[in-house]
Amino acid sequence: MNEFVLPRTGLRRITLASALVFSVSLPVFAQDSLTLYTTREPGLIQPLLDSWTQSSGVKVNTVYIKDGMLERVKAEGKNSPADLLMTVDAGNLIDLVEAGVTQPVDSAMLKTAIPANLRGEDNQWFALSMRARVLYADKSLPIDNWHYEQLSSPEYKGKVCIRSGQHPYNTALIAAMIAHHGEAKTEEWLRGVKANLARKATGGDRDVARDILGGICDIGLANSYYIGHMKNAKEGSDARKWGDAIKVVKPTFEQGGTHVNISGAAVARFAPNKAEAVKLMEYLVSAPAQQLYAQANFEYPVLKGVQLDPVISATIGEIDVDKVPLTEIVKYRKQASLLVDKVGFDQ
Amino acid sequence: MPVVALIWQATQADFSHWDNLVTFVLPSVLKNTVLLLAGVAVIVGVIGVGSAWAVTAWDFPVRKILSWALLLPLAMPTYIVAFAWLDLLHPIGPLQTFIRLLLGFDSPRQFRLPDLRSLPGAIILLGLVLYPYVYLTTRAMFISQPAHLLEAARTLGCSAAGTFFRVALPMARPALAVGISLALLETLNDIGASEFLGVQTLTVTVYTTWISRSDLAAAAQIACMMLMFIFCILTLEFYGRKKQGFSSRSLREIQPTAIRGWRGWLLASVIALPVILGFVAPVIFLAWESMKRFGEENPLSPALLSALQNTLLLAAGTTLVVVCVSLLVAWSARHSAADNALPGFRRGVMRLASLGYAVPGTILAIGFLTPAMAVDRWLADLLEVRGLPLMSAGVLLVICCAMRFQAIAIGALDSGLSRIPPSLEQASRLLGENGAGTFARIHLPLLRPALVSSALLVFADAMKELPTTLLLRPVNFETLATLLYAEAARGTYEEGAIAALMIVLAGTLPVILLVRHQMTRTG
Repeated sequence: MNEFVLPRTGLRRITLASALVFSVSLPVFAQDSLTLYTTREPGLIQPLLDSWTQSSGVKVNTVYIKDGMLERVKAEGKNSPADLLMTVDAGNLIDLVEAGVTQPVDSAMLKTAIPANLRGEDNQWFALSMRARVLYADKSLPIDNWHYEQLSSPEYKGKVCIRSGQHPYNTALIAAMIAHHGEAKTEEWLRGVKANLARKATGGDRDVARDILGGICDIGLANSYYIGHMKNAKEGSDARKWGDAIKVVKPTFEQGGTHVNISGAAVARFAPNKAEAVKLMEYLVSAPAQQLYAQANFEYPVLKGVQLDPVISATIGEIDVDKVPLTEIVKYRKQASLLVDKVGFDQ
Repeated sequence: MPVVALIWQATQADFSHWDNLVTFVLPSVLKNTVLLLAGVAVIVGVIGVGSAWAVTAWDFPVRKILSWALLLPLAMPTYIVAFAWLDLLHPIGPLQTFIRLLLGFDSPRQFRLPDLRSLPGAIILLGLVLYPYVYLTTRAMFISQPAHLLEAARTLGCSAAGTFFRVALPMARPALAVGISLALLETLNDIGASEFLGVQTLTVTVYTTWISRSDLAAAAQIACMMLMFIFCILTLEFYGRKKQGFSSRSLREIQPTAIRGWRGWLLASVIALPVILGFVAPVIFLAWESMKRFGEENPLSPALLSALQNTLLLAAGTTLVVVCVSLLVAWSARHSAADNALPGFRRGVMRLASLGYAVPGTILAIGFLTPAMAVDRWLADLLEVRGLPLMSAGVLLVICCAMRFQAIAIGALDSGLSRIPPSLEQASRLLGENGAGTFARIHLPLLRPALVSSALLVFADAMKELPTTLLLRPVNFETLATLLYAEAARGTYEEGAIAALMIVLAGTLPVILLVRHQMTRTG
């Protein structure tokens, strides 16, 4: 009989507890709060949100949704609690606009702060920060002036590490390559890169640095801010060792310009607190917030005149952004993804 | 319901991209998926059955400890074991550094082991954490195998190995089928480890089609193709179980043969290997990484603690729903089994419920999203409240998780039900007990072991749940898995070591309960 008691009391406790949590999680829609859906890892933007809450008194509720933000907002429809939608890839942001879950924002401040090529024409979306796709290389390699096109060069056979070709950071770069050289030439290039891979196209951007230290490869593409994170990591930590093992080269296309992607935001179509959402966006492009983007996240600010983080300016420096506008690049995204399949890049 | 939604989604697009898929993607992806499934099936089968038989048939040092420790890898999510082992086996990780030291190389450029990020790597890692499904089911079967059958085989001149292969294993085949199919469904469902190790499976393809091409309809179409695989696995399970015809009322257990001395210890260390590789080593790694972080500012932050609480509540809620539904299903199944009126219907319901387990969590959640939100909006209008009452209360999340894990309980109950001889029910009814009474007094007590152990499995699974939680959770609701995932997304997964360790440790709790439950059952 003794056995019988355990599951029973267990169940009772569970019922009670579940009742408790569901009642606790309800009062989210209190006044003076704002709901943010983000595909961006919230830890990175939390300092920014905290400082805004402090000055405005408005609390920010966040949901971090890696994949499926569009589907969720769409399904929630007019009852959606979302005010502001934030993403880390231009394509994902423009997808939201095209699916009709955003609304235009008329703000003089956003227009003056953000250059025209970094926001939607109809003011539906706005970039908040930029990151460059750069080359990580073994310290001993004499690489300087370097083009993305060179990644397929046979001299790097078995020496290249890169994350999945299907990752948005890479599809955006491949899309940019299509915008520059057309699909046929890009396919040839991608085949060359595939032939150069030292290991499967997988993992994250920091794994490029780690695998260079591990002797698996010599070079690889990664986002610019990781070098800031790694070189600023605690002395003796793994990340610091990886960061210290590499050097960073600022690549350009043969026709000039470095590939960048953005993190950005749009106001949700049925935002219950539209005014607050706009205010938060305006804060995020203000000088102090942009300073935080640069210093805490090692990103490139969208606002002119904001200083870069010392590590970033020492390793990469100011960038000359690719002249092809993001809205143009985004159009080739699907083609790029199909090419990745076609050449079996991730196989 | 999510499956219907999925099929509906699939019809929302043309099939133009199939050209591209069939030519470039499917051949290699299908090959990968089949090889992965076959490899995992072999590994979990060998480790699971081998260890289950060893602890049943032989008595060797630390056998008692091993007999429950073998279950521990259940608590280890595939994505955690993948990143732990990648770190341990990386050229700059401890193992290879040590080997280089032994061999006198001073740079990884001179000597490296093959990369773990490959299909064989994925097969081995998944096999190491999924074998307990087979161990659990076959061990239960071995324990309940009547010893006299084995003894008869021996007296008839069968060798020890012959007895195992010709008597014990065939009798355990239903359990083996259940265990392997659970492990395979979990493999098919896995996205974390396969993606991390760079193995392009169907599941990963579903994902990339949806994410990088924003083509949900096409993703749904591939997911429907996955259903084919799932049906194959379930059919395999069904046929594996079908020909079981034994029920015996003699319950004298198999008496283990003692193996002592160095042979005993050798056997013990071989049997301990899967536990060490699948659980102990990754846990030590996580503990070490967590220790490194303990010096830093407040490792047990309030965020972490509230995530722990949320995780436990989510798992508890899910388990509760699963148990309730399972009881209903068992009740109806008993009826149809007794009346023999609707056996086809019962099969159908059980199979449909099992689908949820095999469909990748995200796809299930997406399929679930549209109809659930419609209900939620309707409810909001009805109650005249703003927002989405069910969504924001986490009810939808719990329901969707329950759908995912229902199959575990259904499978266990089904095999439990099939072991109750119809004569028991007939006797009860003859003695004047009504239907409800028979169920409460005969079936429920007999099914309780299956129910409790499947509830614990569901609990452990729900603790690790990630994709559904990510998509359907209410605002400000973090679980340990989502916290860890956020760290991984930031590219700093080693910072998530504490959360990972908590998932694993919290996951061992139900496993230990499971063990205790099994122990009390077997005396």
